[in-house]
Amino acid sequence: MKYIMLIYQGTALEQQAALPEEEQKQVYADYQGINQTPGVTPGLPMGLPQNATTVRVEGGKTLTTDGPFVGMKEAVGGLFILEADDLDAAIEIAARVPAARYGGAVEIRPSEVYW
Amino acid sequence: MVTTLDQVFREEWGRVLATLIGFLGDFDLAEEAAQEAFAIAAERWPRDGIPSNPRAWLMTTARNQATDRIRRNRVLATKFGLLVADNRAEVPMKTTTFPDERLELIFTCCHPALAVEAQVALTLRTLGGLTTDEIARAFLVSERTMAQRLVRAKGKIKAARIPFRVPPAHLLRERLDAVLAVVYLIFNEGYGGRDELAAEAIWLGRALAELLPDDPEVRGLLAMMLLHDSRREARFSDGELVLLGDQDRSQWNTEQIADGRAELDRALALGGRGPYVLQAAIASLHAAVPCDWAQIAALYGELTRLTASPVVELNRAIAVAETDGPEAGLRIVDGLGLDDFRYLHSTRAELLKRLGRTDEARAAYRRARELTDDGAERRFLERRLTELAATTGSG
Repeated sequence: MKYIMLIYQGTALEQQAALPEEEQKQVYADYQGINQTPGVTPGLPMGLPQNATTVRVEGGKTLTTDGPFVGMKEAVGGLFILEADDLDAAIEIAARVPAARYGGAVEIRPSEVYW
Repeated sequence: MVTTLDQVFREEWGRVLATLIGFLGDFDLAEEAAQEAFAIAAERWPRDGIPSNPRAWLMTTARNQATDRIRRNRVLATKFGLLVADNRAEVPMKTTTFPDERLELIFTCCHPALAVEAQVALTLRTLGGLTTDEIARAFLVSERTMAQRLVRAKGKIKAARIPFRVPPAHLLRERLDAVLAVVYLIFNEGYGGRDELAAEAIWLGRALAELLPDDPEVRGLLAMMLLHDSRREARFSDGELVLLGDQDRSQWNTEQIADGRAELDRALALGGRGPYVLQAAIASLHAAVPCDWAQIAALYGELTRLTASPVVELNRAIAVAETDGPEAGLRIVDGLGLDDFRYLHSTRAELLKRLGRTDEARAAYRRARELTDDGAERRFLERRLTELAATTGSG
């Protein structure tokens, strides 16, 4: 079963920036550990939502706006793909993502076959 | 044998459904197959008699229904050139012994990835065998809303692959607590007068105690529900609320009290000292004459340390008022930040009344009344206000 794991930073980036150096290193090590976990396919590292551009098409006209589709705080901060047996296995991996313990969250979205 | 069809259905529904889900790996398919098997039984058994092994009969019939359905779907799928990936049902199911998978089922239904209201509905539907309409009526929502809730929950179990299993050791405590919370919630919904829900929760509690005989909290919850429920008849007189002290004890169900105490003793023998065991011990003391308020206050103190709940502290205040006087109880009440909680104000009012502080008591009863919309409780507060007016002679 494939899950798309969406990372939301929330206040995690600020909280992590304020951490002592040792703990900051731990955060990086934890992300690296997740990327090397069997079943994980890391996503490309995602830039900040401030640099996002949102595109809509209305009546055939392309409308381009600055920023993410949702608010800055609600924007997706990163993602990875996980192959796991079931939701409990995915929850265990999600709980290891540093953002989840520093005021952010991880959303587990099952992949689906639509066609 | 005087076993009625309803009793057999009641006892067997959860077990048959659980085994079918385990076997088929699909809630909807299992539920449809079980429903068909029970419908065939309802038609045939009154005519031909109940089979010697009703469970095996239901299980086999349901399995055949499911296999037929899978076959039909496969024929249909082949016609459209589609492949059917799931062939779990091809594995033959043993017809002599059926694994009891109700625990797997209840842990799946109470998985934290489902909303609590969905957990409650699914548990009542699958293990309790209540119809969608019955659950909808019990929770005062439309049948359509409840049906959607169940469909969504079953859809998520499948799409997100919520496992059908008893959680591994490191998750068990936390997940079991979620299961117990669902059963307790069903019981509480029933405590306000919807008796069928209280009975349902006790039935689920008994099933859990049978499945997990060595867990003290499971037994503690069952004991607590039995003890509270034993006073059900006495809690209302002509539809009016009657407080513990004023209850007609001849209306207490003594058999159920004994039953509850036996469960409590088992929980204590297992070394239980968790929140449900403590609440059961308190309920047991409440059912004793005379009531040991000092012991009750001590147990509430222990429960506060476990739960850090101000509501528990409010209950402790009532017990303290009985042992050390209303002043001592009031001091605890006034230190609690529960301004929107109606029982805080009704408790304050009772204590103030006992202290002769009538004006303050009246204000507190009024505040409690403002926060109460339930009929019987509101009428109870009205009566207290009238009594206060009578004792002071003022309107």
